[in-house]
Amino acid sequence: MKRGRTGLKSICQTFPSHEEKVKRQKWAPSSFSLTPMQDWGNLPHHIILQIFQHLSLVDRARASSVCRCWNDVFHTPDLWRRFEFELNQPATSYLRSTHPDLIQQIIKKHAQHLQYVSFKVDSCTESAEAACDILSQLVNCTIKTLGLISTARPSFMDVSQAHFVSALTVVFVNSKSLSSIKIDDTPVDDPSLKVLVANNSDTLKLLKMSSCPHVSPAGILCVADQCHGLRELALNYHLLSDELLLALSTEKHVHLEHLRIDVVSENPGQTHFHTIKRSSWEALVRHSPKVNIVMYFFLYEEEFEPFFCEETPVTHLYFGRAVSKEMLGRIGLNCPRLVELVVCANGLEPLDEELIRIAQRCKSLTAIGLGECEVTCSGFVEFVKMCGGRLTQLSIMEEVLIPDSSYNMEQIHSEVSKHLGRMWFPDMMPTW
Amino acid sequence: MVVNSVHWFRKCLRLHDNPALQEALNGADTVRCVYILDPWFAGAANVGINRWRFLLEALEDLDNSLKKLNSRLFVVRGQPTEVFPRLFKEWNVTRLTFEYDPEPYGKERDGAIIKMAQEFGVEAVIRNSHTLYNLDRIIEMNNNSPPLTFKRFQTIVSRLELPRRPLPPITRQQMDKCHTQIGENHDLLYSIPSLEELGFRTEDLSPAVWRGGESEALDRLNKHLDKKVWVANLEHPRVNTCSLYASPTGLSPYLRFGCLSCRVLYYNLRELYMKLRKRCSPPLSLFGQLLWREFFYTAATNNPNFDRMEGNPICVQIPWDQNPEALAKWAEGRTGFPWIDAIMTQLRQEGWIHHLARHAVACFLTRGDLWISWESGMKVFEELLLDADWSVNAGSWMWLSCSAFFQQFFHCYCPVGFGRRTDPSGDYIRRYIPILKDYPNRYIYEPWNAPESLQKAANCVVGVDYPKPMINHAEGSRLNIERMKQVYQQLSHYRGLSLLASVPTIQEEAEPPMTDESQTSSGPDSPPRDAADGEAAGCSVAPDSSTVCSFSVPPPDLEDRPPCTSSLPRLPSPRSKPSSPSSTSSPSPSPASVAQRRKGIARKVRRSQRQRGRPSCPPAARGEEMGEERMEEEEQLEGKMEEEEKMEEEEEATGQQQ
Repeated sequence: MKRGRTGLKSICQTFPSHEEKVKRQKWAPSSFSLTPMQDWGNLPHHIILQIFQHLSLVDRARASSVCRCWNDVFHTPDLWRRFEFELNQPATSYLRSTHPDLIQQIIKKHAQHLQYVSFKVDSCTESAEAACDILSQLVNCTIKTLGLISTARPSFMDVSQAHFVSALTVVFVNSKSLSSIKIDDTPVDDPSLKVLVANNSDTLKLLKMSSCPHVSPAGILCVADQCHGLRELALNYHLLSDELLLALSTEKHVHLEHLRIDVVSENPGQTHFHTIKRSSWEALVRHSPKVNIVMYFFLYEEEFEPFFCEETPVTHLYFGRAVSKEMLGRIGLNCPRLVELVVCANGLEPLDEELIRIAQRCKSLTAIGLGECEVTCSGFVEFVKMCGGRLTQLSIMEEVLIPDSSYNMEQIHSEVSKHLGRMWFPDMMPTW
Repeated sequence: MVVNSVHWFRKCLRLHDNPALQEALNGADTVRCVYILDPWFAGAANVGINRWRFLLEALEDLDNSLKKLNSRLFVVRGQPTEVFPRLFKEWNVTRLTFEYDPEPYGKERDGAIIKMAQEFGVEAVIRNSHTLYNLDRIIEMNNNSPPLTFKRFQTIVSRLELPRRPLPPITRQQMDKCHTQIGENHDLLYSIPSLEELGFRTEDLSPAVWRGGESEALDRLNKHLDKKVWVANLEHPRVNTCSLYASPTGLSPYLRFGCLSCRVLYYNLRELYMKLRKRCSPPLSLFGQLLWREFFYTAATNNPNFDRMEGNPICVQIPWDQNPEALAKWAEGRTGFPWIDAIMTQLRQEGWIHHLARHAVACFLTRGDLWISWESGMKVFEELLLDADWSVNAGSWMWLSCSAFFQQFFHCYCPVGFGRRTDPSGDYIRRYIPILKDYPNRYIYEPWNAPESLQKAANCVVGVDYPKPMINHAEGSRLNIERMKQVYQQLSHYRGLSLLASVPTIQEEAEPPMTDESQTSSGPDSPPRDAADGEAAGCSVAPDSSTVCSFSVPPPDLEDRPPCTSSLPRLPSPRSKPSSPSSTSSPSPSPASVAQRRKGIARKVRRSQRQRGRPSCPPAARGEEMGEERMEEEEQLEGKMEEEEKMEEEEEATGQQQ
C-alpha cells in the first residue's frame, strides 16, 4: 500500500544515488556538469527505462505525468510486453478490475507490443465476455503466451461458443508465433485448434487445455501431429489415445517434458474409461525418457478398474476422491516411475501392505500425502524406514495413524524423524 | 477510606476461579456485580437466539448463586461508556474490577473504560482469567510475533511455567464482609432481560440442548472427567457416530462464556492424568482443545483485522467468489448433500457441532466446493455457534480454508465419503433431515444417485422433496485444487509439478532463537500477592504477571499502534524438486537463499495487502495493480511457461543492449 501511494516520492528519494552513478560513469570524464534541475529532464532514456522497469504500473503512470520525456518513456514498447488483464464484477468478486480507460489505451497504443498476455476473470459471465471482447481487438499483435484464467468459477464456459472461438482465433491467426497457451476450462473446439496449428505450428511449446469439452481426440491429435516443438500438454483423459501418445513420440517430435491428464467422472457408472496400451506408454517413455506424467483422478471407487492394470509410466498421482485399496495395491505393482502420491481418502482398512509395496517398488518416490486413510503406526514406520531420507514431502493427517502396540503418537514422531533425518510431525487440524 | 467495588462480568460468568472478582471483594466495604447489556443492540447484533438464550441462562445462574451469597447480579442496560459514569457517581464507586480481555476489540473498549475510571478517581483492577497463559509473554518468547504453527506454540508453552492455579469460589464469608443492600426495586431496575425483551420470537423455540450457566458447567466437568476415566484414552479419543451428537459432557460453550474456568479444566485433567498414569508430566496433547484456543487467542490478540482477509497480515489473499445465493443454501442446510445439510441443521437447532463436522462444512463452503470466502462462513458461525469466540472462530476458519498457517490444501473433505466414514449407519442424517429417514444406508449420503423407484418408495424424490446437489463435487474440487495450487505457488515461488511442495512451510520449528528467559516470572503455584503491588497508572498488575497494563492509556490513534505486519515473514523454506531426489541430501538451505525466499513471500504478501487496501488511484493508473514487478509478472502463468518467457525476454533484452 505504501509503495502505491508514495511511489513518486520514493523515486525521488532514491534518485540521487542513481544519478551520481550515472554522472560518474558517463559525464564525469568530460568535466561537464549539470545543475540538478537539468538532470531530471535530461536523464538518458535508457536510464529512465531501467528505473521504470522496477516500478509498478501505477507508479509508472504517476511518474509519466512529470514531464514529456518521462511520458515518452512510459510508452516504451518494452514496458508493455507483459500485461495481465483483471476482469471482475463487484457483485461476484472481492478483487478490483483493470480500469476500462487503461484497457482502451492498451488496445489503441500498445496492442502491437503485447507478448505475454493473461486474462484473469471472476465467476461472472460478463467478465469472460469482456475478456473475449479484448481478445477480438488484438489484431495487430504478436503474442507469445496467452493465458485465460478463471479465478473462481469457470466463466469462459458460459460465454457463447461462437463468441469465444472467434475471439480466440483472432489471436491464433494474427500472432503467428504463439508458444504457450493456457486455456483450461474454456469452450475451445477442434476447428479453432486447427487454426492454431495452421498459424503457429513451428512455435507452439505449451498447451494447457484441461476440461475443454468441445475438443475431440481427433482435434488434439492434429495438434500433436503438426506441432513438433510441443513440450508440455495438459488435457483430460477422454482426449488421451494411443495415437496421441505415438504422435508425440515420433522422431520429428521434441522430447515431451510434461503430460498432465485429468481423469474426471460426473456420476458413477456413467463414464466409461478406455485403456491405453502398454506399448503406447512405452513408446512415449522411450522417446522422452524424462517425461513427467501427472494424473489427477476425481473418480468414484468403482471406476478405477481400467487404470494401472499394466505398467504405466506415471510420475505424479493425485486422488481427489476415495480410491480403493485394490487400486493402491496395483500402483505399487505397476507404477515404477512414481515420484509423488497424494491420496485424499480411502476406505476404513489400513493401507500398510500397499504402502510397503509402494516403498519397495517405487524407487523414485519422494513425496506422499495421505488424507482420510488409515495406516497403523508400525506399518507407517516401516514404510518411512524403507524410503528413508528421499521422502522430501511427507504430509500425513494425524488421524491417519492408528496407534498400536509398538508405537503411540508421541513415539511415532521421533521414530519417523529419525528415519527421515529431519524433524517431522503429522499434519493437524484444530480440535474446535 | 471506604472501598466500594464494582465487578464487571463480561466473559468470565462464574464465581469460581475469578481473580478479578476476588480483587473486588478484597478489603471492600460494598461490592456490586454488574453485567452490561444493550437490549437495543441485541437485536441488531449478529448473534442468534441460541447464543442469547445461553447467555441469559448463564446470567440467571450467576444471579441465583449470588442470591445464595446474599447478593444479586445487577444487569444494567446500556453501553459501558454511558453506563459507567452514571454508576460511578450513583454508587460512589472507588474500585472497578474485570477480567483481562485479550481480543483487540475488547482491549480497545477496556482501554477507554480504564481511562474513564481514572478520570473518576476509580481504581481499575484487571486480572487474567480467560486464557491459561499470558499471551503477550508467548509472543515475547517467539521473538515478538505470535507463533504461526501449533507445534511452535506447543514448544513455547512447554517452556513456560504452568498456568496459575485456579482460585476457590467466592464464599459467603467473603461476601458478608462487603454486603451490599439490595434495593426493593432491584428486579425492576436490574433484572435479567427475557428473550422477548431482546426482540426474539420464542413461540417455536425448542428446548435448549445446552443449558447455560456455571452450575451446569461444573456438573458437566465432573461427568467429563468420569468419562475420560471410563474411556481410558485420555489423549486421543477416536471419533465415532456418537461424537457427532451434543454430549452431556461437552464443555466448549462453557469455556466460551467463561462459565467454566480453563484453568480449572486444565488442572483437573492434569491431576487425573497423573493419578491414572502415575507419570509426573502429562503430554501436551492431553490439553488439545484448550491449547488450540490459546493458540488462536495468541495469534489474534494484536491483530485487529484477524477476522477478515483484507488488511490481515497473516491471511493469504484468495480470489473467493461472491455468491449470496449459494451462501444461503449452505447456511440454511439446502445444499443437497445430506451430510452438509444435517450438520448445518444441527448447528442452527442446537448451537453446537463436532469439530470434524465443522471441518466438513467449512471445507465445503470454501476451498472444497463452493469457493466462497471464509469470512462469510465465520459470520454464520458467529451467529449460530455457542462456543464461537472471536479469535478461535476466525482463526479456525482461516485454518480450515487454508487462508493462513500454511496447511496442506490437498486434503479436501468429501461431502459424501467423509460423512459415510464417520457415521456409516446414516442415523445422524435421519435425525436432522427426517425427510430422508426411509433411505437405505447405501444412498443416504447421496440420495440423487438412488433409482427413481427407490426415491418414490422412500417418499422423498430428489429435486422435489429434497434439493438436488448444488454442485458437482468432483468438478468443484478439481477446479478448486488448481486454484489453491495457483495461490500457493505464487507464495512459495515453487514451480515444479509436486502438489505437496506448493505449500510454503513455516520455518518456525527450525529456527533456534527463541528469547529464552522463561523462568523470570513468578513460579507456577505462587500465591497471589497483594493487589496493591506494582500498581501503575491506576490499574494494578496481576499477581501472575499475566495482566498487561500497556493499554492503560489507550493509544491516541489506531495508526500509532505497532504494525503487525511482521507476523508473516517467517516463511517458506526452499523446496527441493521432487524429481531430483539427489538434492534431498542437503535439507538445510543456505541462509542466503532462505532469506531471499522469505523476502519474496513477505513482499508478496505486503504487495497483495497493498493491492487490496489501496485507495483510489489516478484514473490512468487505476486497476493497474498487476504486473507490478518482475517477480510478480513471472507468476502470471505456470511453471515452465514463465521460465521460457523469462529466457526469451532476457535474450531479447541482451540483444537490445548490444
